Amino acid sequence: MDGPDQQRAARDGVAPVPLAAHATTVVALRYADGVVMAGDRRATAGNIIAHRAMEKVFPADRFSAVAIAGSAGMAVEMVRLFQVQLEHYEKVEGSTLSLEGKANQLAQMVRQHLPMAMQGFVVVPLFAGYDTARGTGRIFSYDATGGHYEDTDFQATGSGGRDARSTIKLGWREGLSQDDAVELAIQSLYEAADEDSATGGPDLVRGIYPLIAVVDAEGYRAVPEDEVAERFGALIARARADRAEQSGSTS
Amino acid sequence: MSMPYYVAPEQVMKDRAEYAQKGIARGRSLVATTYDAGIVIVAENPSRSLHKISEIYDRIAFGGVGKYNEYDQLRVAGVRHADTKGYAYSREDVDARSLANLYAQYLGNVFTHEMKPLEVEILVAELGHAGQPDQLYHIAYEGTITDEDHFAVLGGDAETINERVAASWQEGWDLAAALKAATAALAGPDRTLAPADLEVATLSRGNGRRSFRRVPDEELAQLLA
Repeated sequence: MDGPDQQRAARDGVAPVPLAAHATTVVALRYADGVVMAGDRRATAGNIIAHRAMEKVFPADRFSAVAIAGSAGMAVEMVRLFQVQLEHYEKVEGSTLSLEGKANQLAQMVRQHLPMAMQGFVVVPLFAGYDTARGTGRIFSYDATGGHYEDTDFQATGSGGRDARSTIKLGWREGLSQDDAVELAIQSLYEAADEDSATGGPDLVRGIYPLIAVVDAEGYRAVPEDEVAERFGALIARARADRAEQSGSTS
Repeated sequence: MSMPYYVAPEQVMKDRAEYAQKGIARGRSLVATTYDAGIVIVAENPSRSLHKISEIYDRIAFGGVGKYNEYDQLRVAGVRHADTKGYAYSREDVDARSLANLYAQYLGNVFTHEMKPLEVEILVAELGHAGQPDQLYHIAYEGTITDEDHFAVLGGDAETINERVAASWQEGWDLAAALKAATAALAGPDRTLAPADLEVATLSRGNGRRSFRRVPDEELAQLLA
């Protein structure tokens, strides 16, 4: 994830001012009973694909999930520490933090990371979970300074975030079913991978698919890989049929 | 200037031990035993918020009897030790033996060097994995550590309760049988204990990564029925 900003910085000897993560697409969207979170699997180092099966969506604890974009090593480390902190709090205090408490805790970690972000190692997480007190799914997005903002309906981050967000924006409506929400997440990642070179699409050859997780009143669970594969298969079949129909009608 | 009295070390230790034993005997007891799916810990405790039994790590539970503030401090230190170790190395590197040793050393140090010994007894229970047996470490107020394979009793009336558990203990019994026997042993022949008087938790092989689970009152009533 060593982009032109870093190269220019190395040449000029000044710190780049990173505004956004350079690669990755991770999305979160609210549906009737909770939230769906999804992320692609590609890690890049400059123009090289560094890793094809990276995990960017993690359970933070039983009722929340965290997805990461940015400098991979530090992001994964941040998630690991975040998971330990939530569990530690729960065991010491005998009760879990509120969802907002967890979001604030993560914000502090991102803020502490700011000096590294100024040197180019940005970490921008996306946090979502089921608020057991309110009985609804909630989403929080972050910037590199630790600023965190609650998003009412959906959010995406990473280099393909804009494309993913547009896709979700067109398909999102209040009270989506879980099935429709998972489908929309899959579609948004497909579109992001279609437009953004640093976002990995479904890898049919190796059988590597984006990770999709659902958090509702039952807690965190990952959507099984074969179900994700099936949905991507159906999506690709539909896209092919559309194209065939178009070329048939124009010729 | 007055000279301090000479007190024989034997006497000092004896007085301290007596003091600690008295403190522990004032509280109520705790029984831990293995059963077919793991370990169950039963404590006589009418409070629903001041716990005697707690989770330490994925496969490790903590039990304390005696003075609440003292064993709760040890509990928090244990959670910190386990979480720090698991974060620095790996989750599988966290084990009860090292934690029990830590407690034993601390309790031993306090007993010999401080004015007042801690009035507590500690249980560290670990669910066995990968062919390893379940382990129950019992640490006394002066740092004596014993490991038990089947059951452990902590508290003032430990000897009598121990005999009662030993008389009924069976290899591979189920949760309901283990609970009934443990409750009866805690109660003795002259009393009966209701679910509201008990705090019960299990380390169970069916619970996933974090195997610790508290047994709620309704479920406890069904199991004891």
